[in-house]
Amino acid sequence: MSNRLATGGRIDRARPLTFTFNGTRFTGFEGDTLASALLASGATLTARSFKYHRPRGIVSAGVEEPSSLVELMGDDASGNNAITTVQLSDGLVAKSVNCWPSPQFDFGALNQLISRFIPAGFYYKTFKWPSWHLFEPTIRRAAGLANAPASAPSTGHFETRNAHVDILIAGAGPAGLAAALVAGKSGARVILADETNEAGGSILNRNLEINGKPALEWVAKTVAELADMPNVIHLQSSTVWAYREHNLLCINERSPDHKTVLERNWRVRAKKVIIATGAIERTLVFSNNDRPGVMLASAIQTYVNRYAVLPGKLVVLFTNNDSAYGVAADILAAGGQVKAIVDSRNSVPQFALDRAPGVEVISGYVVSDVAGRSRVKSVTVTSRDGESERSIICDLLGYSGGWNPTVHLFSQSRGTLKFNTKLAAFLPEKAVQACICAGASSGEITLSDALSDGAAKATAAVKSLGFKLKPLKNLAVQQSFYTVEPLWRVESSAKGKAFLDFQNDVTVSDVQLAMREGYSNVEHVKRYTTGGMGIDQGKTGNINIIGTVAMEQNATLADVGTTTFRSPYTPVSFGAINGLREGSVILPYRHTPITSWNHENGAFMYESGARWRRPGYFPRGDEHFQDTVNRECLTVRNNVGCYDGSPLGKFELKGPNVGEFLDLIYTNIMSNLAPGKGRYGMMLSEDGLILDDGVALRLDKHRWLISTSTGHADAIHQHMEKILQFDQPHWKVMITNVTSQWNNVTICGPNARNLMKKFATNIDLSSDSFPFMEFRDGTFADLPARIVRVSFTGELSFEINVAPRHLRDLWDKIMAAGTSFNIAPIGSEANHVLRVEKGFLSLGHEVDGTVDAYDLGLSWIMSKKKSDYIGKRSVDLRRAGNKVRRELVGLLPDDPNCQIPEGAPLTPSGKKQATEGLVTACVWSVVNNRWIALALLENGRARRGETAHVRLQNSVIPAQITAPVFYDPDGKVLRS
Amino acid sequence: MLLINCPFCGERNETEYVYGGPVSADRPDPTAVNDDEWIDYLTMVPNPVGPTHERWWHAKGCGDWFTLWRDTATHDIVKGPKK
Amino acid sequence: MQKYSIFSLARNALSGHKNWTRAWKSPPLRDRYEVIIIGAGGHGLATAYYLAKEHGITDVAVLDRGWLGGGNIARNTVTIRSNYLRDESIPFYVKSVSLFEGLTKELNFNMMHSKRTMIDVVHNYPKMRELRRRQLTMDIYNSTYDNISTEEVRRRVPALTGGGPGSRLPVIGGMVHTDAGVNRHDAVAWGYARAADSHGVEMHEQTPVLSLIRGSDGAISGVQTSRGVVHAKKVVVAVSGHTTTLTETAGLRLPLRTMNLTAFVSEPVKPLVDVIVNCPDLGFYFSQSDKGEMVIGGAPDSGQSFRRDIKQHVFEDTVGAMLELFPSFKKLKLLRQWGGHLDITHDASPIMDETDVPGLFVTAGWWGGYKAIPAGGLTLAHHVATGRPHPLMEKFTVKRFKNLDFIMETGTTTAR
Repeated sequence: MSNRLATGGRIDRARPLTFTFNGTRFTGFEGDTLASALLASGATLTARSFKYHRPRGIVSAGVEEPSSLVELMGDDASGNNAITTVQLSDGLVAKSVNCWPSPQFDFGALNQLISRFIPAGFYYKTFKWPSWHLFEPTIRRAAGLANAPASAPSTGHFETRNAHVDILIAGAGPAGLAAALVAGKSGARVILADETNEAGGSILNRNLEINGKPALEWVAKTVAELADMPNVIHLQSSTVWAYREHNLLCINERSPDHKTVLERNWRVRAKKVIIATGAIERTLVFSNNDRPGVMLASAIQTYVNRYAVLPGKLVVLFTNNDSAYGVAADILAAGGQVKAIVDSRNSVPQFALDRAPGVEVISGYVVSDVAGRSRVKSVTVTSRDGESERSIICDLLGYSGGWNPTVHLFSQSRGTLKFNTKLAAFLPEKAVQACICAGASSGEITLSDALSDGAAKATAAVKSLGFKLKPLKNLAVQQSFYTVEPLWRVESSAKGKAFLDFQNDVTVSDVQLAMREGYSNVEHVKRYTTGGMGIDQGKTGNINIIGTVAMEQNATLADVGTTTFRSPYTPVSFGAINGLREGSVILPYRHTPITSWNHENGAFMYESGARWRRPGYFPRGDEHFQDTVNRECLTVRNNVGCYDGSPLGKFELKGPNVGEFLDLIYTNIMSNLAPGKGRYGMMLSEDGLILDDGVALRLDKHRWLISTSTGHADAIHQHMEKILQFDQPHWKVMITNVTSQWNNVTICGPNARNLMKKFATNIDLSSDSFPFMEFRDGTFADLPARIVRVSFTGELSFEINVAPRHLRDLWDKIMAAGTSFNIAPIGSEANHVLRVEKGFLSLGHEVDGTVDAYDLGLSWIMSKKKSDYIGKRSVDLRRAGNKVRRELVGLLPDDPNCQIPEGAPLTPSGKKQATEGLVTACVWSVVNNRWIALALLENGRARRGETAHVRLQNSVIPAQITAPVFYDPDGKVLRS
Repeated sequence: MLLINCPFCGERNETEYVYGGPVSADRPDPTAVNDDEWIDYLTMVPNPVGPTHERWWHAKGCGDWFTLWRDTATHDIVKGPKK
Repeated sequence: MQKYSIFSLARNALSGHKNWTRAWKSPPLRDRYEVIIIGAGGHGLATAYYLAKEHGITDVAVLDRGWLGGGNIARNTVTIRSNYLRDESIPFYVKSVSLFEGLTKELNFNMMHSKRTMIDVVHNYPKMRELRRRQLTMDIYNSTYDNISTEEVRRRVPALTGGGPGSRLPVIGGMVHTDAGVNRHDAVAWGYARAADSHGVEMHEQTPVLSLIRGSDGAISGVQTSRGVVHAKKVVVAVSGHTTTLTETAGLRLPLRTMNLTAFVSEPVKPLVDVIVNCPDLGFYFSQSDKGEMVIGGAPDSGQSFRRDIKQHVFEDTVGAMLELFPSFKKLKLLRQWGGHLDITHDASPIMDETDVPGLFVTAGWWGGYKAIPAGGLTLAHHVATGRPHPLMEKFTVKRFKNLDFIMETGTTTAR
């Protein structure tokens, strides 16, 4: 552990941890990150770059890391992780991404030999001949960084939590903590969320004092105070990653309190948001600024103070602002050696100089080049005018390009940004949602300013929400200052690549090339060079790209503007976003009381719209599909079958105006229906297309029950309420959805009545007193029941409606009583066959969103008496155009044993040309002993008796055009 | 995810509601308008960048259909049209 | 036009890449053109290019309120396909797909066109039936769409480990659309712009059109821009999402609503999925970019919107569906998400037509218009140049709404 300091840091030296990095075993301590442990061990070369495979090291100490990405293996497997954000744990196994076999020796580095041939956007100009397909596989393999995890985590789960708070504070640095203290004491409900594993923010990284004591004591006291407040939820390792509309924010919590929870996503609705996300130090841009051993000055400070690691023996600092002087002070305090501070400014404020006494300050100079390939050996220092130059031997170069307030969340919230020339940074300008930036994220860079700003912003928020303020003790902090003079890139004659974006290997010359070629808007530059599009999304480097563009255009940064800040702030795992919604709860099925019976009796279940699941067929033994369907159909046609029709949508309508209402929404007249009777009806949308069909029953003068198709129940409910509440608010109609209040068994077949008679009932079941399309309320099998004579199969049918709690009982009784008739349950496949034989319509088959009732041969259902109903005008208007319509017909394939695929097109003579229709359904008819089909065909009704041609990929099926009914055309059976 | 104030239930997440489109012209008497007017009513919807008067249904709540003004550029729920 | 090739790249490398010329120039804005195209997006630029190349009309200005290629061409999910349902649609998209295949050569700009096929993953029988219908209709127009077994779906998409029998979303089979592919989106804008520029077409960025101007005869006569009035007898509006905003300045209403559609990408990872995966039942689809990111698209928001933002619940639904089929993506990370707005017509099919305002053309209502760019540009240019609709687009008129003669493509597969 060559670089570990003997004392200090927030690591636990009593708890050593062993880990493996690129196949080598290392040790670190509890409290380390993978980055700090590796730096402590003297490892410098930790990565290879994306395009040129240049050796790279660790640049930062936080989420902004642009350079070193690692892939985690084992239970924690995940792809691209910033090395600085991986909390060290015992047994951790990690490797660098995108290099082979290792960062020390990487074959991909061959790219460096051809780097002059592969500038920005080179791939738009080449790889064209003979075809991109020849090159793509190689390019794909070369790109992509880490491997994706091969499987889901083997243990644990993700979860989601919802919260409503008065104030959400993002960031537990000095501003965030001060704000939380003010807000918490006022009694407001507060969530304080911070992305790192410990509260304190920049205080953790620096050697600071509050009230004359180490500032960390204040942090500890504050954290303890917040913990005692029941109205405050304080989350660490929790990143506020998205700021959505209406003050909805998402927090990704990575080490939740329970061991089985891997990660948690919080959806927080906040009345006010205080964004105290701090600031991120910027890189400086000069030749070979990416060499291992070149890192952010603040990162060195963090490693020294927080992790007790001095990543180099001989340090040179390069800065354009004052903060690097504090870094020098901390390095000196830790026993390090600062050989020089190179300051691009011609004059350095005295207070800055005072912080690093004894250190040589070379002002008016820049670092123009770095020597050393896999580790810094020396730096070239050049005067701004390029006249004088010297070399300084060092093994660590810290640079600071100034500070960028972390305005990501503010920008996500749609707040506007404005370039501030004093801070040389984009600052929040105008908030659009109820949020405000505090501390460094609003440009208050120093500790004293951040503390007071955090408290002030929270005070305002608390007041505006009407909470009582409790005074906060004054915090005595030594006054400090921050001044900066922008340096977007070093202009020098040095030949090395000067990187703006480390992760995507975007250099100054790439940006210059893009602009030369006319890709001059900052968005073009980003897209052409891919600058800022890496995992880090350009947190350290984007500003330098903007600065470089501005320099090239002789414009200001305000003119150039930023690219859009998008969520997430840092990458979030999809598992966390999804939470617990998986398996059975993702789209939960709806069940009827017969579900378990269906399962026990071997039903093959289909999903059938609106998340209902219904039995498709009930195979017996090793029956084939078609045999099962034929058997079920024959049972109904010859004997008696039954099915559970409960999912059908059902609505009870009550009130004096129901009749008028139904006359408006159905195409036919309903209001003249007598109590006790039912009528089949069709609903259209206002543009004249069929919306739904079903049966309306008149229960009594003011009470009706209507049924809808299973899949459309919710839509019809919405449709009806919308009309009633907006268009006809004066109508007295109350609608109750009774889909789940009435379940039913339908008994169908010639023996249906005989089976019914086996049960005690006070309803006369004879066809004379209880004809087709009527219903009776009474008791059946000792259960209160409503029996309806409707039929979806064309057979004599009784739909027995009972309360759901009685359905299984009724079902079991019917199955038992039906054994003498060889009763069988029938599935939706047999139902399909039976309805096709009858030419009954099915939504999704014949009704495909293009046809109207006339096309389907249902002109009788379009009332001629009513002057208006929904859809009437549109149907009339459309038909007035006399356009050729597709009409419902039956089809009998010339070869009775030839099945036509459902959906197959009909074309003139079966030629390969535009379709004139399609087959909507084709089934093996048990009564006709052949394949029969329904189809929509242009002018179909007039073409009965002619031959239509089904065009398949390799064959044509001729079929005779018939009426769309193949069984009991007069409906005698139906009415029996 | 919008936060929508149901006049009956108060503020609820958007997921409880069904969007019912912008408030367009009242349904004309179909026997009293010509074809163009009818087509206009059917197919033309207000599509402004800015406050839009629209309908929402509290489907997973009280069942109330109500209207609100929402700014399509910001998604803010506003008091009414821009003056 | 400066030739792009491996040789020109090598030659320029030796001169430090100092001699590359601008992809498109930036001439001063004149006050009169033969044709003005509003919107320097995919459709606008393609229309400009084909006007010049196919019809010799080069006195064309393409105006954009922002940066070239900054609209939906910068925001889509790069999917190209022709698996549509209706006779009106399929041949149009077949043409577009074939034009895409030749675009790299035609424009001398690498589109990174990757014809990697799309696999529709199917979960229920009604959907399978609908897709089989599509298959047989598409075959008439030589668009390939074949049914494959669940085993074959899994063989070709090994990462699809969810959706087993008995799971909530069991995979029952799939469809393979070999004509489908992906294509670098920015390259389409830049390639068309560069080629149009070489024919003399002018591109004017940062030139918002504030209103359309009609002459005393009612016909279009020009546009009012932030930089002054520009005259033209023919004006094309190609501004997805903002079509009505513009046409209403000329007193023209169109049956369009603007909606928000979102997309997101994962972190880049090594090659994992080689095809475009589309789950029509679940409303999401994705492909892996050459850079390694999973590019994922989902369902649109409800409600009209110009906000270009993602709605958390819509996003979570998409992610949930994806993880159900691809559970190993749980530890894959979201990198970036964004939205775009587009306008949708009453029947979800586009409008490409000369409007009731003589000389004013619109191309709008694109619901996944990226894949339509080449054919859209080609056919609209034909209409603008000849005054007659191109046979491939003649059904997509604005007049169809006057007869309620819809081309229903609602319910068409998710992948845009």
